Amino acid sequence: MKFKLTFWKVIFLVIMALGVYSTFIRYFYGLGAVSNMTDQFPWGLWIGFDCLCGVMLAAGGFCIVGAVYLFNVERLHSVVRPAVLTAFLGYLLFIVGLLFDLGRPWYIWHQLIYMNPHSVMFEVGMCVMAYTTVLFFEFLPNVFERFNLQAPIKWIKKIYPVLIIGGILLSTLHQSSLGSLYLIMPSKLHPFWYTPALPFLFFGSAIAVGLAMTIFESTQSAKAFGRHLELPVLVELGGALLVALWVNALLRFEDYFHRGLLGQIIKPSYEAYFLWLELALAFVIPITMLSFKKVRLSPGGLYLASVFTVLGFITNRLNIALIGFETYAGHHYLPKWTEFSVTLMIIAMGFALFGLAVKYLPIFPEERHAATQRLRTETGLVVATPVLGHAGD
Amino acid sequence: MSKALLYDATMCIGCKQCEGACAQQNKLPYDDKVAAESVQSAHKYTVVLTKDDKFMRRLCMHCEHPACASVCPVGAFHKTKEGPVVYDVWKCIGCRYCMVSCAFAQPKYEWQSLNPRVRKCIMCPDRVVAGKQTACAEICPTGATKFGERDDLIKEAQDRIRQSPSTYLPRIYGLNEVGGTSVFILSGVKVEEYGYPASAKIGDTPMPEYTGRVMERIPDFIPVWTLVLGGIYWVSHRREEVAAAEADEKNGGAR
Repeated sequence: MKFKLTFWKVIFLVIMALGVYSTFIRYFYGLGAVSNMTDQFPWGLWIGFDCLCGVMLAAGGFCIVGAVYLFNVERLHSVVRPAVLTAFLGYLLFIVGLLFDLGRPWYIWHQLIYMNPHSVMFEVGMCVMAYTTVLFFEFLPNVFERFNLQAPIKWIKKIYPVLIIGGILLSTLHQSSLGSLYLIMPSKLHPFWYTPALPFLFFGSAIAVGLAMTIFESTQSAKAFGRHLELPVLVELGGALLVALWVNALLRFEDYFHRGLLGQIIKPSYEAYFLWLELALAFVIPITMLSFKKVRLSPGGLYLASVFTVLGFITNRLNIALIGFETYAGHHYLPKWTEFSVTLMIIAMGFALFGLAVKYLPIFPEERHAATQRLRTETGLVVATPVLGHAGD
Repeated sequence: MSKALLYDATMCIGCKQCEGACAQQNKLPYDDKVAAESVQSAHKYTVVLTKDDKFMRRLCMHCEHPACASVCPVGAFHKTKEGPVVYDVWKCIGCRYCMVSCAFAQPKYEWQSLNPRVRKCIMCPDRVVAGKQTACAEICPTGATKFGERDDLIKEAQDRIRQSPSTYLPRIYGLNEVGGTSVFILSGVKVEEYGYPASAKIGDTPMPEYTGRVMERIPDFIPVWTLVLGGIYWVSHRREEVAAAEADEKNGGAR
């Protein structure tokens, strides 16, 4: 196979090269050299994005598996495999991110022998470990099918109800517990984001983003692999997304209302600007867009609404993890370029692994036989198709 | 019995001998340069702050219900029965949850190290167990830092306030904050001016309760939620089976 250098491949290689350099700095010069984290800001971009956002972006797995296998919504069957793949990769990369952020990653196995059941972090750690195992088994049939091994597929099918129920149980626990992590910081986290409702908000946002990510990756891979885009599936997901966004928006409103903050959040302040950005991206724009039937029925509109949703909730979690602590810490935290570069490398690895998996495994099995039809979006919005299509070259 | 420290800012002369004794006890570097540093760090567990002609000491408060011990996923921190909150570096995985959760921002990190440790005042646990005072209390020339039984020190602090109400603000910082600590501060000025968190802000609730309220529900949540999920699964798949059976019946009837 000839190696052709394309634009996205060059970008990918640059990101990887910088990432490798930053990795070197991280493990040979320490956290102080690689990051702008300080005693005042002990948790930075890697916790904020790689961990909090990473787990949220991987929530599509349990959302779709829940819809299809728990509630028996057969119509969504075709997106189960890509959603499970995204979730599996997401959790693996979450663990990679953790290996960068932990000060003593070589002792990560201590989690298994020195348990502190009072710790939210312990619960998150155990759930993530268990759920990654569940996702591994949910992902395995792809590999078995590829090599035409029928017997192990049957075994996995037998334990499927356990995997499904266990996976959703574990997801409910750790998606919400990521929010509970912050419950112990009432005097530090800004009141815009500190609320006893944090576990509920985290679980709610995970579902919205899970649905949005499924729309995003379906459209993205349709474009990248010249797949036929199943519009009815996307329309269904878009409807569910609209409901999920409304539920999230109402939760947020209720929370601010009961804590008497409605007057404060409309007053301009440093934190308010970031809150407005978050609320606009996560709620105002996508809810307005999806309220129009025309948008809800168009692949471009659905794609754009899901991108806004994802960006909005990423802003939300970065606000909680970073912006919400700046007033307490008394100074701003801006990640060092090497921190960005590690995060970018992890994202790039995600795209590349997704591309490889789709290329070599029956993630979209029905497409193997169907004539490939190019997706044509009337808006031409589907532009960013990084390394996906070329990952295997 | 539980031990504690009482720091009386009005008696402090700012000699910083406690800083030096602390560094020596914990095998940390101490010279003029370190002495001039006015922030706590991985190499400076305690600091004497100066403002005008008044002094204030900062150190780990050794909470009665420490947040650091409750949040640590591997239980690297624990409160000993003698009072000190101690750290087991071997267990630590470096997640730094202790640092973000501490209301007094006491745990500090060895950011430059390749195998970093969390560092904070550990109230000389070896000395305390051996029946000795902490290094800082032992060296203090004026008795501004006093070591003793927690209950006795509370009484003594109350007495001092009663005897000279003009010298002291009528409060013992650490008595009720976050559910009580093992370090008490007496002062004529507000401790908040020296970076201590305001009592109203951190409250009297023991920190572990904030997460405990959620964590204690989990043992009940798991079986209930499993049953709910299992029930939904059963119902939605049962419907399918019934539909299939009915379709079979219809076909059978038509045949």
